Amino acid sequence: MTDEWFEVFSYRGVIGAAVLYFLAMLAYFYELAGLRSAARTADQEGTAGAAGAAGAVGTQAVAVAAPRTAVAARLGLVLTGFAAVVHLAALVARGLAADPNRVPWGNMYEFTISGTFVVALIFVVSTLRIDIEWLGPLVTTFVVAALMAAFLGLDDTVLPLPDALNSPWLVIHVVAAVISTGAFTVGALLSGLYLAKARSSSTTGYLARVPDLKVLDRLSYRMHAFGFPVWTFAVLITGPIWAHQAWGAYWNWDPKEVWAFITWVVYAAYLHARATAGWRGRNAAILALVGAATLWFNFIGINFFSSSSQHSYAEGAAPEMSVVVGLAGPAQAVEEVGVVVGPDHARA
Amino acid sequence: MTDLKPDLRHRPSDDRQATALPPDLTARELARWSWRQLTSMRTALVLLLLLALASIPGSVIPQENIDSLAVSQWRDDHPRLAPVWERLDLFDVYGSVWFSAIYILLMISLVGCIIPRLFVYARAVRARPPRAPRHLSRLPESTSYVTDEAPEDVLERAVTALRGRRFRVDAGDDSVAAERGHLREAGNLVFHLAVIVVLVGVAVGSLFGYKGGVIMLNGEDYGFSNNLTQYDDFAPGALFDPDVMEPFSFSITDFQVDWLTEGERAGMAREFVAELAYETEPGGETKSYDLRVNHPLSIGGTDVFLIGHGYAPVITIRDGDGEVAYSGPSVFLPTNAQTFESFGVVKAPDASPAQVGLEGTFYPTFAMGRDADGNLTMPASVFGDAFDPLLSLFVYTGDLGLDDGTPSSVYVLDKAKATQVVKDDGQPFRMDLRPGDTVTLPDDLGTVSFDGLQRWNKIQVSRSPGKLVALAGVVLALLGLLASLFIRPRRMWVRARRQDDGTTLVEVARLDRSSGGDPEDGAAELDGVVAALKGTTTKEDET
Repeated sequence: MTDEWFEVFSYRGVIGAAVLYFLAMLAYFYELAGLRSAARTADQEGTAGAAGAAGAVGTQAVAVAAPRTAVAARLGLVLTGFAAVVHLAALVARGLAADPNRVPWGNMYEFTISGTFVVALIFVVSTLRIDIEWLGPLVTTFVVAALMAAFLGLDDTVLPLPDALNSPWLVIHVVAAVISTGAFTVGALLSGLYLAKARSSSTTGYLARVPDLKVLDRLSYRMHAFGFPVWTFAVLITGPIWAHQAWGAYWNWDPKEVWAFITWVVYAAYLHARATAGWRGRNAAILALVGAATLWFNFIGINFFSSSSQHSYAEGAAPEMSVVVGLAGPAQAVEEVGVVVGPDHARA
Repeated sequence: MTDLKPDLRHRPSDDRQATALPPDLTARELARWSWRQLTSMRTALVLLLLLALASIPGSVIPQENIDSLAVSQWRDDHPRLAPVWERLDLFDVYGSVWFSAIYILLMISLVGCIIPRLFVYARAVRARPPRAPRHLSRLPESTSYVTDEAPEDVLERAVTALRGRRFRVDAGDDSVAAERGHLREAGNLVFHLAVIVVLVGVAVGSLFGYKGGVIMLNGEDYGFSNNLTQYDDFAPGALFDPDVMEPFSFSITDFQVDWLTEGERAGMAREFVAELAYETEPGGETKSYDLRVNHPLSIGGTDVFLIGHGYAPVITIRDGDGEVAYSGPSVFLPTNAQTFESFGVVKAPDASPAQVGLEGTFYPTFAMGRDADGNLTMPASVFGDAFDPLLSLFVYTGDLGLDDGTPSSVYVLDKAKATQVVKDDGQPFRMDLRPGDTVTLPDDLGTVSFDGLQRWNKIQVSRSPGKLVALAGVVLALLGLLASLFIRPRRMWVRARRQDDGTTLVEVARLDRSSGGDPEDGAAELDGVVAALKGTTTKEDET
């Protein structure tokens, strides 16, 4: 099997996974539609259950009332699981498509397909341990949207790694960053749900289906509590070690580093506020969303808009500096390990 | 839906919220009040968020110590804003007074918060678990059952069961109190202390360390020894002492690079290897090392990094008298990171009859650019490797500004008092040289030859003492963080009392003192203890 074969296989795998996620999303939407009509029927008939009861109880009542919606929900989860397996195969194939073989984290397309996989994986694994299946519609919608964006908007050719990325730290650093990004993203979805539900008094539809505020708050906290140490490991331990090896200084105040630090500080404030100032619920959810905003700005904004970041992975975003001495390679290079040699270094 | 109420069960040491300003403060009281304010949790939170906010400008505005070229360009583009930005230290955010003020205040706040908590913790570790509250059934997690057993037997079993669950147990008259999870606060304290360790490590590095760069021509003739005079750029810490510079020296014997000639990334260079011959001290044994990206050479506490490369055309200028006025490799700086189109100057101040200065472009693989219609446009380099090198130079003569003793850059030609050499038709005289070519200059200025091609490397040398301290600090902080996030401090009480009818009422209660715990987990623990108390009961009944 050649590299080209693996590359094509990977593309098809990602498309296949996206289709499966899409079908899962449809199943979840079907379930929601079923819930809505079932709840309305229940309302009209005046049966106890959906109308007045809290989300979880309502769900059970509805699930009993409409087995078809329960089947749809089950189908959604199974499809998501299948999609994740195909997604993983596509990721592995992506790594095998490169020469020499490598981990599939060389550009934004590859980061995106890896990050979305982690989001799906966290969701599927979480359903085994806690009642979180109701997050399915949001997770599948997010993953489908992100995969579409990756396919349409990002450079996706398989390229060899530049020297600076060719390090075992790539695996450790990026795995940790991707995992914590996935956890923070799921946490942000939960915080967003919390805020939406806190504002809504609807007794039908999706918001009535999700558990009550307390549960949302706690689940969101747990996602962040899981993500934060991993982020610390990625940003403040492996990042500096690698930066020291590749660039000669363990902290450079590079825009990517600055924003990773900002994200760290915001999430630290989130955990701190919860632990000591007793921030729960709304305030904590807002702070968590601020953290997620900094996280995603760092991934999208810095890659595309920052001309000076050594972490610029977006195609065409390479700096056009006047005097660059680089080991990085082409203009669409992945990592700009360059130094600027000013014209004013007196030598004469 | 209403918002959740804030949790009121936080630890006493966390409760030092801002207190209201009392009237008629003495200086002592004012100091006390300010200290309270500074070390309050709310202040710490505000300072944390302020730190995040204050970091933003540095990622938007070019920074002097990161990209000084971008800073000067920005200054030229914004002549009115630049002085204002300058005054606000916005070109050096992370070294500015206001940024330092935030993190120093944060550190003071942290220390002020952590010291009292250390004492509280020391007392708490030695303290016995608090006695059972009077009404256990009022606690959020509690249960009770009735048994025929004697209270003493139940309590005895409770002690065993709770000890088995790694609780610290204190048995009272009619009740057993148990507590575990003290390591959470320990983790908390370790995390905060570790932040200080990190800061000390970073501070040591930036005060006593140094970072310097040097452009080195390849070849054994061009050596570098580690002292101040040898660097092209040098950034020492505030308390840097040149005596700590390790006396190593090295030269680059060979440099290899693999240019991709096919595939999607054709033109990209990989696998840079600079072969170093180095001595750790003068007269020491010469060793060799393959210096590569991601593989710095460590000599003592100093690291040597390969961070750049480029071309140095070997140029010889013979003056009007036929004497060699300049000869050697001249470093040309790449202006394009992909094609390595490079810019450079050559100065021959001792040439006669007049000084000669050359300025121009080096194309490693020369080609004429073409626009969309196929018309020839600007000359360009199409590849980084030197497949078809061409040197294109303009000539200046007259006063090159080298005689008045002021320092000038070797990469810039001072044209203020020099004149450009022109052809008979008045157009600037330009020569295009391939290796081996020699061109005669007009006006009997002499000849210029392009003898060959050399390579150079940009080498960075840095010494950051305290980096291992900082690393140890971060690792310690992570461990503390894990403990403080995932260890759940909790208390349990078991009370057994003989009732009037001769049976024993057993009450069991549990108090989770952390946040984010699963109610299911708490219920499971409670059920487990109750089962342990009851389970043995049934067994004994059977015997």
